[in-house]
Amino acid sequence: MSENILDVNNLKTSFFVDGSEIKAVDGVTFNVPKGKTLGIVGESGSGKSISALSILRLVEDPGKIVDGSISFKGEELTAAKEPRMRQIRGNEISMIFQEPMTSLNPVYTVGQQLRESFKIHEGLGKKAGTKRSIEMLELVGIPSPEKRVDQYPYELSGGMRQRVMIAMALACKPELLIADEPTTALDVTIQAQILELIKELQEEIGMSVVMITHDLGVVAETCDYVAVMYCGKVVELADVETLFENPRHPYTVGLLNSLPRHDQDQDELVPIKGNVPAPDEMPEGCRFAPRCPFASDICSKLPELETQEDGNEVRCWIYTDEWDGEEVKVYDKEHSS
Amino acid sequence: MTKNTLLEVKGLKQYFPIKGGFLGRTVNNVKAVDDISFDIKEGETVSVVGESGCGKSTTGRAILRLDEPTEGTVNFEGKDILSLNKKEMRDMRSEMQIIFQDPFASLNPRKTVKMTLIEAMDIQNVVPKKERTERALEIMETVGLQKHQIDRFPHEFSGGQRQRIGIARALAVNPKLIIADEAVSALDVSIQAQVLNLLQRLQREMGLTYLFIAHDLGVVRHISDRIIVMYLGKIVEMGDTKSIFENPQHPYTKALLSAIPVPDPKNKSERIFLRGDVPSPIDPPTGCRFHTRCPFATEKCKTEIPVLEHKDETYAGQHDVACHYAIDIQEGRHKATHDMKNVRKVLDDESEEASASKEDVKQ
Repeated sequence: MSENILDVNNLKTSFFVDGSEIKAVDGVTFNVPKGKTLGIVGESGSGKSISALSILRLVEDPGKIVDGSISFKGEELTAAKEPRMRQIRGNEISMIFQEPMTSLNPVYTVGQQLRESFKIHEGLGKKAGTKRSIEMLELVGIPSPEKRVDQYPYELSGGMRQRVMIAMALACKPELLIADEPTTALDVTIQAQILELIKELQEEIGMSVVMITHDLGVVAETCDYVAVMYCGKVVELADVETLFENPRHPYTVGLLNSLPRHDQDQDELVPIKGNVPAPDEMPEGCRFAPRCPFASDICSKLPELETQEDGNEVRCWIYTDEWDGEEVKVYDKEHSS
Repeated sequence: MTKNTLLEVKGLKQYFPIKGGFLGRTVNNVKAVDDISFDIKEGETVSVVGESGCGKSTTGRAILRLDEPTEGTVNFEGKDILSLNKKEMRDMRSEMQIIFQDPFASLNPRKTVKMTLIEAMDIQNVVPKKERTERALEIMETVGLQKHQIDRFPHEFSGGQRQRIGIARALAVNPKLIIADEAVSALDVSIQAQVLNLLQRLQREMGLTYLFIAHDLGVVRHISDRIIVMYLGKIVEMGDTKSIFENPQHPYTKALLSAIPVPDPKNKSERIFLRGDVPSPIDPPTGCRFHTRCPFATEKCKTEIPVLEHKDETYAGQHDVACHYAIDIQEGRHKATHDMKNVRKVLDDESEEASASKEDVKQ
């Protein structure tokens, strides 16, 4: 594997509310190879967004990173001081948020908001900043950028706002882009444009991407590697082809089986039974055990994320020597498709 | 087997006035739904798909008269429901119910499940008073909730469970037609699958008819018998699910289908990119409403409104399309006038066109 730009190891981020600790991110490990895209996929409450915010140290009180390491190009971010983090944010690591309406400031023009990052990170004045802003808007495909640069966010459509967000995120040519559900609020035709654009710009400036999403279609289209999260833990870490061809963790399989497909006919969906456990009722052992069709006695103990023979990793007892249940075939391709 | 038509919509229009000016007169209209016709047979599932602002939710609301339609007729079992008075309409609503998108906003937070269900039965007076609690428990079981949860408040349930309560409320009055307005969109996939399966089971067991309003084409393919594709207040294509997915004829439907990410890394679809955004429904484009974004548009498309009709003679089932060139495009006689495969090119063209039209205005 090539060199990693980001290594996250055993990251734990908790929220302290009313004297109790809610473990939103509970020992997460993943890495992003240089120039590649890592997808983080999971359902609501799995901790994927908090993991991303933790990387940029943007988790606010009462949340706190309690353990683990985040190494960006060898630099330990959990120990970095605030002024250094400010240098990194927007310059070396950038982030795009889900809601383009609330992440842009409504009382400043697009140009003013874009210029800000040029001013802070590159010390450019108004004139040079505006010129660069127009270039950036052009790069993300906004029609008549010289006019748009003086407009306010409300004058733009949802798709255009998200493109402005991307322009801001890419303004300083970051080495790592974290995109948190960048297209969830958009219509599919606009989503297709935005995803293609991110991919193209990624090749142009050679950046790495962390793509956070709940949409397995988006994962398949854009990612090289995927981390599947469930209840604050990574349950499977694999290259994208293996994940869809030969998923190992019962949760990953459950997700794939419950997905209604537009590209093929299906008889009946096979949902995962039950619900995600509440944070204060988290099972001691494998978090997925209460909903897992294969759960056995050993699942009351927490399995480790273990490397398999093809280099991918999975957190499940079935793939260990200690497995005490019957021999099972977790993913039955014939049955599923 | 020919089934009876349950719902028949003809020439439905829903305009929302924009007030303005000195006396607050109507200065213009948002033409949310503009002259659409379709019907639904008993026991069928018909889906309305389209992007935000295409009028799909408005259609659902207009049928139930939650917003009073501007023009057109809606027949339910042969009865014109737009001519009913308030009281008659209220009775009518026991036949047709709606499930909303947001399971958090559509339940009264101060009412327990029992109160919510019994209220629905009270209003419609469909079940004898004494049997209502019994009936509520029965419905709870039907939708997969535990009987002991009946005295709980909405906040004690998860999103998926709340959506089940929404379904239970709709079922409480024994409706024939259920309009599901993005009923599963807010749910995580694993829960979404549970609710979809539940809806299908209820249809089998109770012979329900669904009008499904959704933007997720995976969900739509899975659940529907027929599909209606809307764009900017108009139906652009309508037909059997299989035919729509395997042989889309309208350029918009093609673009829409190609835009959905395929959950299979080895089988990436070839994209058709559209230029620009959906135009404003206040002042929709003349002729075919899609012509401003359509790669195949000609002068004819700018002036003549295409009629929704059956064009593909080889297909025996229902498949109507509103496009002048549907068959010509399919048989390769009509080519695209601008690029649609390369996103950069599409965006650059659009940019060029925008600046060209701006210069026109200046001169």
